Amino acid sequence: MIRASQQARAHTNREYEGELRRVREQLLLMGAKAEEIIHGSIRALTERDSVLAEQMIAADRKINQLEMEVDELCMQVLARRQPVASDLRFLTTALKLVTDLERIGDLGVNMCERVLELNGEPPLKPYVDMPNMAREVQEMLHEGLDAFVAADVEKAQRVIARDKNVDAYYTQVFRELLTYMMEDPRNIFRATRLQSIAKYLERIGDHATNLGELVVFMVKGKDIRHAGKLGDDKIT
Amino acid sequence: MTIATNGKPDPTPKLVVRGLTVFYGEKKAVGPVGLDIVGQHVTALIGPSGCGKSTFLRSLNRMNELIPGCRVEGEVRLDGDPIYGPGIDPVAIRRRIGMVFQRSNPFPKSIKENVAYGLRIGGIKDDREISSRVERALTQSALWEEVKDRLDESAMGLSGGQQQRLCIARALAVEPEVLLMDEPASALDPIATAHIEELINELSAEYTVVIVTHNMQQAARVADYTAFFYLGELVEFDRTDVLFTKPNDSRTEDYITGRFG
Repeated sequence: MIRASQQARAHTNREYEGELRRVREQLLLMGAKAEEIIHGSIRALTERDSVLAEQMIAADRKINQLEMEVDELCMQVLARRQPVASDLRFLTTALKLVTDLERIGDLGVNMCERVLELNGEPPLKPYVDMPNMAREVQEMLHEGLDAFVAADVEKAQRVIARDKNVDAYYTQVFRELLTYMMEDPRNIFRATRLQSIAKYLERIGDHATNLGELVVFMVKGKDIRHAGKLGDDKIT
Repeated sequence: MTIATNGKPDPTPKLVVRGLTVFYGEKKAVGPVGLDIVGQHVTALIGPSGCGKSTFLRSLNRMNELIPGCRVEGEVRLDGDPIYGPGIDPVAIRRRIGMVFQRSNPFPKSIKENVAYGLRIGGIKDDREISSRVERALTQSALWEEVKDRLDESAMGLSGGQQQRLCIARALAVEPEVLLMDEPASALDPIATAHIEELINELSAEYTVVIVTHNMQQAARVADYTAFFYLGELVEFDRTDVLFTKPNDSRTEDYITGRFG
């Protein structure tokens, strides 16, 4: 119903409509940039590509710039239009979404920094779980953004459900790296770098989960965050 | 939606409306409407022009009867007592359910006599009582401090915002239980509007207020409950915070967000 009104019906005031569309477009641009950075960071890791890692670190500046632009746009719309109902939920979602996307970009940068450190050393081991974990996280981010575009609650909930896979990967990677470190203290430098990267991926999974939760709120007006802790976790 | 109570928590509403339909001649203007007005709270009626909200408001104190060709069906109960029916005096009803209009309409009399008018009509002759009730009403309408030294001057010399507060004082002087307000601030500047809105908030501690407004932000600011009317139908009735953040009906959504037909 809200989906229909958001997509099929335009505002009578076309300038207002244009402002909301611009927020949406800038957010999606930001999301695309975040995806690009995560994708590049993983490739920089698996292919030991330091040049690509440097490029991704530079690309994060665009995300930071977009974050400020979206914030500014949202502020203007809030001040000038006093949005309500689905528009209000969209804008408050946008304001939170930019923070998640910006953090995802930062985590990509952190990954690239660790990649640059690792590339100064011989490889510790062939990567098995890490690329799978990265793929899971990338897909979550991609699906989360899709869910946002399509205001698709079911898709958003599938994203949220996938976070436990990422957590399981992290536990697995951590355990494996621990055995390397116990075997030989000379592995510790590289193993801790890899462990950090796994942690960054796990954090990106959390931000993608936030994205899914925000989409549910935007569409249904229901806050499902901290559901387990605060009780009332049924989505109706 | 004929009975739109939406599971409201209040077990004893001040006004209960059931199946209320108002006709002008053969044409149905609004209805059937069913809703409960919660006592000592503010309920706002919103909707585009011609949606029937003012007609509905007027039917709550039988003001529509003054319009030729107007016919009302259904029931309205005030504290459980029907307000429509044979043998029920509309004037007595209007004493319990007062009204304030869009355009402030003070009588061409002194400030004091404007407020005292309803009391004198009601048969109160004791000047001390009249004076004390005038003071009380003007204090309640947040006008007393501004006019206490010139009570005998003409009400026509007051500013627009003051005149509107005078009309509110006039309505309050007869000590009604419910106050109906039809766009009480639409002709006022933002400062006078803020005064009226603050006043509405204060009045709701003691009175049940029903307000019609074209200004949705105003409804969002002052009302505890909001009812959305569209094409003579009550579309949605809910707590104001719910209605303005996640309305149930797509027509409400379209109207309050500014997506008109």
